[in-house]
Amino acid sequence: MSAVQGDIRGGGRRQGELQGRLFSAFLLLSMGVGLVTLGTLIVKVILDGVRLVDPVLLTDSPSADPAFAGAGPAILATIYMGLLLIAFTVPIGVGTAVYLEEYADRNRWYNRALEVNIQNLAAVPSIVYGILGLAFLVRGLGLGRVLLAGAMILTLLVLPTVIIAAREAIRAVPGSIRQGAYALGATRWQVVWRQVLPAATPGIATGSILAVSRAIGETAPLLLVGALTYVAFNPTLLGDFTALPVQIYQWTSRSQAEFRELAAAAIIVLLAILLTLNAFAIWLRNRYGRKW
Amino acid sequence: MAAPEITAGAKPAPRLRASRRRYGEDVVKGVLALCALVSVATTVGIVVALFLPAIEFFRTISVVDYLTGTNWTPLFEPASFGVVPLIVGTLSVTLWALLMCIPFGLGAAIYLSEYAGGRTRKILKPALELLAGIPTVVYGFFALTFVTPLFRDLGLGLEVQNALAAGIVMGVMLIPTVASISEDAMSAVPRDLRDGAYALGSTRYQVATRIVVPAAISGIVASFVLAISRAVGETMIVLLAAGQRPNLTFDPRDAIETMTAFIAATGQGDVPIDSIEYKTIFAVGATLFLATLVMNLFSIRLVRKFREVYE
Repeated sequence: MSAVQGDIRGGGRRQGELQGRLFSAFLLLSMGVGLVTLGTLIVKVILDGVRLVDPVLLTDSPSADPAFAGAGPAILATIYMGLLLIAFTVPIGVGTAVYLEEYADRNRWYNRALEVNIQNLAAVPSIVYGILGLAFLVRGLGLGRVLLAGAMILTLLVLPTVIIAAREAIRAVPGSIRQGAYALGATRWQVVWRQVLPAATPGIATGSILAVSRAIGETAPLLLVGALTYVAFNPTLLGDFTALPVQIYQWTSRSQAEFRELAAAAIIVLLAILLTLNAFAIWLRNRYGRKW
Repeated sequence: MAAPEITAGAKPAPRLRASRRRYGEDVVKGVLALCALVSVATTVGIVVALFLPAIEFFRTISVVDYLTGTNWTPLFEPASFGVVPLIVGTLSVTLWALLMCIPFGLGAAIYLSEYAGGRTRKILKPALELLAGIPTVVYGFFALTFVTPLFRDLGLGLEVQNALAAGIVMGVMLIPTVASISEDAMSAVPRDLRDGAYALGSTRYQVATRIVVPAAISGIVASFVLAISRAVGETMIVLLAAGQRPNLTFDPRDAIETMTAFIAATGQGDVPIDSIEYKTIFAVGATLFLATLVMNLFSIRLVRKFREVYE
């Protein structure tokens, strides 16, 4: 195409060309700003923290003396929370997605309202979920500032993302598969359970893992439901807890350079966990995903 | 639908009807609807959790004083509850974030949609989206320990915590938000429009700026609105890098406090329930929720519009 274009271009060519070039340069700059920042951030964190990523950091408890401080309980709590999140969000999220895609009548106002509601929830600031947790889980239900409350509030936070991903996966399953099953006499639930869901599983799994990996990087709501900054023991479901991002926040907000280095080391651990989850999700999609 | 002459004379076809009602199917539908109700309950929960205490708050403090007062000192004596400094702080950071994410996000979208070849796109798009996957607390760390010292070395005279570094880092974080929604809208623009413009002798630059961007404008605006909503609601970057000092100033070099930072800082402590300090969390939370709600609904409408036009 470009060869043809070159031949036709006529008058006013000089000026147009200059504008075009400046514009291309601006576009490249736009891509560059994001990518260079990403690179700088990663290099900065690694330079600051890599020498502190050691067994002490991974297994020991936090301490007032930076030389002995670790993030063991925080790392464990973040892993527990990730598992709880999968257990909570996948059934509820997929259930909602199946309802909206396979059962709901689009012409009913309440089903359309439900869709808008979910889209809006996806964009509600995470700190507002923290307030919800503070009011209902911690104080209303009297659950206290415990791991379970943190996991529940993060569940509500990522649920919309899981629903949206699961709906897309379900929508990508071609209608002919459903019609084939109906033609053989399957009921609606048999169609969903034996045909649609198995076909949509790779997409649902990828979307859910990505959503969970976003959730375990969340800090703000956990601050409100009371993740503590000093927890010297391993977490239990109904006990005090902290989480890796909260530990990072706490170490960053102290002014001593030693704690900032610890924060950088903890960031390396957090990014490694997130990168592993993301790589796993992408592998799942490439290995099992299908284009219809 | 079969032609009558074929069935004529034959036995009338039996009407298709389920032999018996399948109660299991109804149960399944009920369970699925319950799942869907969880998100309705979440919204109701948010509204109740925010507005009941907020209403109590406004029984003590008048709404007018709250919205027009320029002094925010809820935790000190004499306590003063004017939210304007928090709103100005929020707007100041948001402004810097938008100055970064709107031009560069849109530029990245145009590049990915109109300029990049298939292979380049396949590498650069996920790379850019990595930015959206970095936890916000990490951006806060970066703004506080790298960007602020860098700007100070450049002689910008920043305080240790300031609106500028927080806003700029937040803007970079939002580039993928703007880029991915805008790019979706641009790829929904039919090829014919581009081909038509090329056939009339347009350059790639002209096609991008005069055909594709105007045709995708509702999606692009939606991405801007969503970015504003995200910037207003972002907590960790501002908590770490912009400070917790409710200054009534637009000077980007100064420490300020945003609505989200106030909620996070106050909600962490053990503020006694039923105290007016405790209720300020909810009053500010309700203000924040209403502001982002309006923007979210607007952006959802716009996205729906571009979907309807071209799909």
